[in-house]
Amino acid sequence: MTQSNDYDNIPGTYVYNAERGRIGYALNMFCMSLNKAENRQSFKENEPAYLDKFTLTPEQRRTVLARDWLGMLKVGGNIYYTIKIAFCDGLTFQDVAGMMSGVPKDTYVQMMLAGGRSVEGNRFKDAAKAAE
Amino acid sequence: MAKIVAGIACSHVPAIGVAMDKGQTGTPYWEPLFKGYGPARELVAKLKPDVAIVVYNDHANAFSLEIIPTFLIGVADKFPIADEGFGARPVPVVYGHPQLAWHLAESLILDEFDMTIANEMTVDHGLTVPLSVTTGQPAEWPFKVIPLCVNVVQYPPPTGARCFKLGQAIRRAVDSFPEDLRVIIYGTGGMSHQLQGERAGLINRKFDTDFLDNLTKDPIGLTKISHTEYMREAGSEGVEMVMWHVMRGALDLDAVEVYRHYHVPASNTAAALMILENRSAA
Repeated sequence: MTQSNDYDNIPGTYVYNAERGRIGYALNMFCMSLNKAENRQSFKENEPAYLDKFTLTPEQRRTVLARDWLGMLKVGGNIYYTIKIAFCDGLTFQDVAGMMSGVPKDTYVQMMLAGGRSVEGNRFKDAAKAAE
Repeated sequence: MAKIVAGIACSHVPAIGVAMDKGQTGTPYWEPLFKGYGPARELVAKLKPDVAIVVYNDHANAFSLEIIPTFLIGVADKFPIADEGFGARPVPVVYGHPQLAWHLAESLILDEFDMTIANEMTVDHGLTVPLSVTTGQPAEWPFKVIPLCVNVVQYPPPTGARCFKLGQAIRRAVDSFPEDLRVIIYGTGGMSHQLQGERAGLINRKFDTDFLDNLTKDPIGLTKISHTEYMREAGSEGVEMVMWHVMRGALDLDAVEVYRHYHVPASNTAAALMILENRSAA
């Protein structure tokens, strides 16, 4: 049973709640292992072999190998953990944020310089849809 | 007796630390943010703190999902700098104040706040960036530091009201410590920001401004903001602002705002710095 929550209608947001904590544990703990320099090296040398050490689902494994940042969130990834993969790739939080929101890096950077993404029209899923 | 002289609210964006570590604070991107930090450093130096209690969250560095403490206090005499996935920040090691930290742990638990106690832990940007922001790049940090971690990564974090009450309990504990110490307390994180999902990059200047205003106008009312309201209005990671209530609860209700700086953007985040002083300590 999946519980419904009053934050579920916030658009484009994956709250790291109990459900995601349950399904995402192994994925996030793989990411945690990348805090060690020797593990980062092993991962870079042979990603599939390194991932074999963790019990990821096929979809979790795919999202990691494909660097599908948004996909990782949908299978229980937590951004503070998945960002460790991005750091391995030499990417920043801002690079990954741009990719998750589906815009080119420069567009995202310009949006932030202009004051960020407005909350207007972005509070509720229905409103976000209506604004499209 | 020990006394809390001031509280500091400070965003802890990792990119701010990187900009300092790489000497980029004068670039057109960073200069507007950093020019607002100068006067704050002078104010903090004038406070002559002996110890800082830094309320922050660890970001998958000292702790993982293996064990998730809601409230944790570091009682070690030394806290190494964490490797967060790209090497440790080149900043001084953080020295603790074990006597006051253990006193806090005992007092808080007997005051019904069931703290986790850490004898060994590293500290990440959540703690070191606010230190850098408010003291610059000293060879050694100018005061002892007690890390106090709040879980805001695994939902749900403790409520704002609970955090405020923890702050009040910290105040009682500090007030009962016999040594003459000048203590400051940091509430870190925020302000509005969202690092994840299609809505990444969300900023809400109106929410942030009201929040900053109400830290002095209506600190108790501010504690009633729900997690969903933080996430909806200030972004999923904006919920970090619950940690500011710990700081606020440790101050006098009529503490005065002596400094404010707010700037968008620092990477994905609205960065703020506010200093509040206790009239009772003046």
